[in-house]
Amino acid sequence: MSLFTRFLALLLLGGLAVPADPGGAAAQTVVGVTATEIKIGHTNPYSGPASAYGTIGKVIGAYFKKVNDEGGINGRKINFITYDDAYSPPKTVEMVRRLVEQDQAAFVFNTLGTPTNTAIHKYLNQQKVPQLFVATGATKWNDPKNFPWTMGWQPNYQAEGQIYAKYVLKNVPDAKIGILYQNDDYGKDYVKGLKDGLGDAAKKLIVSEQSYETTDPTIDSQILNLKSSGANVFFNVTIPKFAVQAIKKAHDIGWKPLHLLNSVSSSVGVVLKPAGLDASRDLLTTYYIQDPTDPQWKKLQGYKDWLAFMKKYYPDGNIEDAFNVYGYSAAQTLVHVLKQCGNDLSRENIMRQAANIKDLTLPMLLPGIKINTSPTDFAPIEQEQLAKFDGERWVLFGEIYDASKK
Amino acid sequence: MAVLAVVAVAVALPLFVSGFRLFQFTQVLIYAIALLGLNLLTGYNGQFSLGHGAFYGIGAYTTAIMIDRWSIGYGWTIPAAGIVCLIVGFLFGRPALRLEGLYLALATFSLALAVPQILKYFEHWTGGSQGIVLSKPKAPFGLPLTEDQWLYILTLAIAIVLFVLAWNLLRGRTGRAIVAIRDNHIAAEAMGVDNALYKSVVFGVSAAYTGIAGALSALAIAFVAPDTFDVFLSITLLTGIVIGGLATISGAIYGALFIQFVPNWAQDISKAAPWAIFGAFLILFMYVMPRGIAGFLHLAWIRLTRSAVVEEKGR
Repeated sequence: MSLFTRFLALLLLGGLAVPADPGGAAAQTVVGVTATEIKIGHTNPYSGPASAYGTIGKVIGAYFKKVNDEGGINGRKINFITYDDAYSPPKTVEMVRRLVEQDQAAFVFNTLGTPTNTAIHKYLNQQKVPQLFVATGATKWNDPKNFPWTMGWQPNYQAEGQIYAKYVLKNVPDAKIGILYQNDDYGKDYVKGLKDGLGDAAKKLIVSEQSYETTDPTIDSQILNLKSSGANVFFNVTIPKFAVQAIKKAHDIGWKPLHLLNSVSSSVGVVLKPAGLDASRDLLTTYYIQDPTDPQWKKLQGYKDWLAFMKKYYPDGNIEDAFNVYGYSAAQTLVHVLKQCGNDLSRENIMRQAANIKDLTLPMLLPGIKINTSPTDFAPIEQEQLAKFDGERWVLFGEIYDASKK
Repeated sequence: MAVLAVVAVAVALPLFVSGFRLFQFTQVLIYAIALLGLNLLTGYNGQFSLGHGAFYGIGAYTTAIMIDRWSIGYGWTIPAAGIVCLIVGFLFGRPALRLEGLYLALATFSLALAVPQILKYFEHWTGGSQGIVLSKPKAPFGLPLTEDQWLYILTLAIAIVLFVLAWNLLRGRTGRAIVAIRDNHIAAEAMGVDNALYKSVVFGVSAAYTGIAGALSALAIAFVAPDTFDVFLSITLLTGIVIGGLATISGAIYGALFIQFVPNWAQDISKAAPWAIFGAFLILFMYVMPRGIAGFLHLAWIRLTRSAVVEEKGR
């Protein structure tokens, strides 16, 4: 027993000797950066239920290899360390702590998933490690006041909601809007975006709001309610499973509103085909990156470069998979920021430059879309274009809408 | 003696390893508690459970809800998680008693499938699929410990208490009754063992252990989300007790080390097919150590010492 108490005493002594804040001493040296290398951390679900996203991590790694082959960034090669978190938050915490504390990464980039990023949100901000361009559409990543080390990348749900509002205000003079949304942060984000976009007109234009829980078996009654409310615009904020039901049901009961389908469920293969291509005709959704299957891009230089890159650096990758365009574009955004950092690759400066992107255009974003950030705006992409489903594919039309402009 | 040495090393660990490693070993201890709970049920009592991930989740959510919604001190939430799981486990164990072997495994499997969805349903309390974000507990009384060190010590202390309790439970008449039910429940009944009572109590205690582990994991991760507690977690726990050694107390620790570190090694060996490597490890372990790591070490010990004294140590 005395052995035990002795160890306990030792332990407490040891606790005293350990410096209270191991991060404090690091102010002088720049973590994760040497004269020849910059270490970037990343997590992605390479296995598990969300492994379809795994290709994003692979395409990012491939793109950094291309950058390195071309001489790196300011003479520094990118050391891209990526771990599998299987979309499980505890695993993400473990892997991100490994990246930060053991691998000494300069920052983490494009970590994927809303619950997984939520689990590391507080930790990274406490450690003052940049959590750059996270791969999720939640709106909470744009909160520079409370979380100055975290930044999103893709248009968030609220921004998308605002874009639908702008379209409706402009093009549907006698709009009566009916909303179906999932009763959680994701659904409420979209609805808030739409209401913000409508402004004072929101109260007048929205005639019915219906919600559902992910555990509900069907949403048939909600669709019937929406129809009987007399709505002629249907804002459909549902995940794929319910989007299929909603499109089908609306078609079956002969309700033909202007149907705005959130981009979460715009997949032709997963949603529109099961719902019926005929029933899906004339749906509207939003786009911000070039769909690699859309023939109109194939003659542009941006697509040709991307294709050449895919062939050389990621030959196993699917050239019809939009995720490979997504990862490519996100990686390009990061490379832009790192170049802008010059020789000062401290975490503070990386964050400063990430919050100082001005009118950046990327070859595989839709033409006209510009990336902008500022110290008070941590939402890089806020512009989108609408697309209409012609029974076979999504066809872009009209102008580029900007959610950040009133 | 060996046990004391292990405890000494475990207690001294915070002096030597970084915060990240300490966090990993905290997770090992948490898994060890959960595995010990499952081993009580499956290893000693012979009842299969494919649903212990559910109790792990219920424990984690009990803690998260009490802290986040009701602002209760985290120290109270750990025993509370144990009690909630004890009750749920006992109640689930009662009707499930009529089920034997694989049928019970299926019933518990359904529990594992249902819990993540049930958690999403009570969104008002559980935060739905967005989960609940917590703060890591700080060391009390102004002790000069980091959050990682404090959590590790807290987890270690709880683990030691729970291991001693389990050891105590198993070595007396209760333990003999539990094992007797596994070996031959009719004979046990004939000897005057109340099968129904014992089985449901063991189910409850087992769930309580796993629930406490879940509560500690909620504190260590500082975040809970329903999809964390899926079927895969339940299967991982089952893997842990088989690899560690069924019906051994030390096996819980070996199994915990295995499920914590081997998937990481597998990933370091091959990014492309980590689960294939993990599977290969599993087969290798089962082939070389058919009675788990604890059984293997026990055998090795006998071979080394070549003495005949060791008769019931591994039990």
